[in-house]
Amino acid sequence: MSATLKAYARRLFPQVAALAVILLMVSLAFPGFFKLEIQNGRLYGSLIDILNRGAPVALLAIGMTVVIATKGIDLSVGAVMAICGAVAAACITSGYGLAATLAITLGTGVLCGLWNGLLVAVLDIQPIIATLVLMVAGRGIAQLVTEGAILTFNDPGLIFIGSGSFLGLPMPVVIWLVFGLAVALVVRRTALGMLIEALGVNRRAAMLSGVSTGVLLIAAYMLSGLCAAIAGIIAAADIRGADANNAGLWLELDAILAVVVGGTSLLGGRFSIAASLIGALIIQAINTGILLSGFPPEFNLIIKAAIIVLILVIQSPRAQSAFVWFSRPRATAAGKAGEEAK
Amino acid sequence: MNARYLPLTATVAIFLAAYLVCVLQYPNMLSTRVIGNLLTDNAFLGIAAVGMTFVILSGGIDLSIGAVIAFTGVFLAVLLQATDIHPLAAFALALLVTTAFGALMGAIIHHLDMPPFIVTLAGMFLARGMAFVLSIDSIPVRHPFYATLKGLYYKLPGGGRITLIGGLMLVVFAAGILIAHRTRFGANVYALGGGAATAELMGVPIGRTTVAIYALSGFLAGLSGIVFSLYTSAGYSLAAVGVELDAIAAVVIGGTLLTGGSGFVAGTLVGILIQGLIQTYITFDGSLSSWWTKILIGLLLFIFILLQKGLIHVTERRRRHA
Repeated sequence: MSATLKAYARRLFPQVAALAVILLMVSLAFPGFFKLEIQNGRLYGSLIDILNRGAPVALLAIGMTVVIATKGIDLSVGAVMAICGAVAAACITSGYGLAATLAITLGTGVLCGLWNGLLVAVLDIQPIIATLVLMVAGRGIAQLVTEGAILTFNDPGLIFIGSGSFLGLPMPVVIWLVFGLAVALVVRRTALGMLIEALGVNRRAAMLSGVSTGVLLIAAYMLSGLCAAIAGIIAAADIRGADANNAGLWLELDAILAVVVGGTSLLGGRFSIAASLIGALIIQAINTGILLSGFPPEFNLIIKAAIIVLILVIQSPRAQSAFVWFSRPRATAAGKAGEEAK
Repeated sequence: MNARYLPLTATVAIFLAAYLVCVLQYPNMLSTRVIGNLLTDNAFLGIAAVGMTFVILSGGIDLSIGAVIAFTGVFLAVLLQATDIHPLAAFALALLVTTAFGALMGAIIHHLDMPPFIVTLAGMFLARGMAFVLSIDSIPVRHPFYATLKGLYYKLPGGGRITLIGGLMLVVFAAGILIAHRTRFGANVYALGGGAATAELMGVPIGRTTVAIYALSGFLAGLSGIVFSLYTSAGYSLAAVGVELDAIAAVVIGGTLLTGGSGFVAGTLVGILIQGLIQTYITFDGSLSSWWTKILIGLLLFIFILLQKGLIHVTERRRRHA
């Protein structure tokens, strides 16, 4: 058990270290950064803010990790967020109860995922194009639902999901923590995770060894759709309205970035949901940090791009092999020692 | 007929059929004015899409072009406002910057062995960020030379005008077709899209070609930015958001395989015209909302993907039987 724990720590180390460095840098520029206080039975502070603002990307990253592990990609999650936000607002304003609204909305997200999954698994279309269809058409569909306006609502139950709190934590934080944990447990405590990795490394080989690849692929995209639906509800509840044009705009890119920063390869195979969640926090920490440290907001994107390139360069295969090359003398010495021992 | 030409033929057939439907409903759409406007309004998208076609033919993707267009617009507006430099010199400078930017992305993709998707995504953030740093306001361009350029057009019979930028798009497409099919670079792009390993074994200089492809895409995105600047007479850092998606959609509707290695630059032109036609139809109709454009383009994308799939299936079966 301690060996698996050690392997886990080694896997997550670069991401945790990067997050720590970024948080430290921000705290140097903004002294009150780590301060937490409790008001009205609820935690407040910049750290909580990062967890809270990062909720949509974190949720999307959970589904995106599984999809990318199958060697796919889901470009449609931002548009699905917009559709689901629109559906939630339309349901609640036309008099459905909270439970029915949530069920319909989550069902819509899963249905969007099913569509993507069918295109990828049954019609055998490249994931990047298959999900491009919904990405392009999705915002149009969302506008069809809201009829071009921003649908506002004031149902207290739905608003609670966006801005309520549970055990002192904001509701979105609770949702993504619980959901992330649940998915990670389901994937890692069963053979599911290994089957997904097998599918991502070599679909044909996985199929030949008896993995039902089609069902798994569709399930992965459905999970991604479900994540997008939850993120869409949170985003709509947060502003108490559904904005078909701007809800979830470009969040698919942030989610993919979170997964890549989390060290999961875009080529499929081994994945880590925890690392992707930390990746999402890294991205949000950069966003919040730039705002707090008083840089002019114009520099946001440039700093973000620079940090991302830095992280990616360190992770890139070439840099890794250069790293191995630099530590070669020790390796060959060890090799010689091994040969002598023979 | 060669199966390679089928997607292109289908695209052209769909364009003609759609145009016929439009003309039957609104006879005015046959006028040369509509055609001239179709070219002018989609000029910046078309020029950028030519670059995207080369990138996709090589099996890559370039997400940065929308941001590069916005950057070029802001760059020109700031430069012309702050200095006395002639617009032509400013154009040259802008093209230099965007070409170098594209080449840099190509170099990173090749030398660091990173997926184009992520590298150009970072490029998109960087270019958009540079535009923000230059100015967050929309800056008008009031240089008299702009008015001169906008006044240049070729008058078609029937009152239509092929403006300078509309004509420029056609020239860029012609040049793109020549480069793709009549030069060594073009052959290298197709080879690279067919498979990097096979291309390398055939002696294609992978590194140089990759850098050149993204440099070309950067150059054309810069040119597209210049056209966009002429078209709007302003520079705004939030302009041209999502143009890369429209360009990718046009390339796919034009019959180019997103896996690379197969497709035509000419198809992209028809893809652009189909998108423009949908928009024109919605404008003519007046009662349809603009979001139908997105839904229809999504639907078209889906149809073309299915068509390509069916085509590949048929040719493979034929090969197996032969």
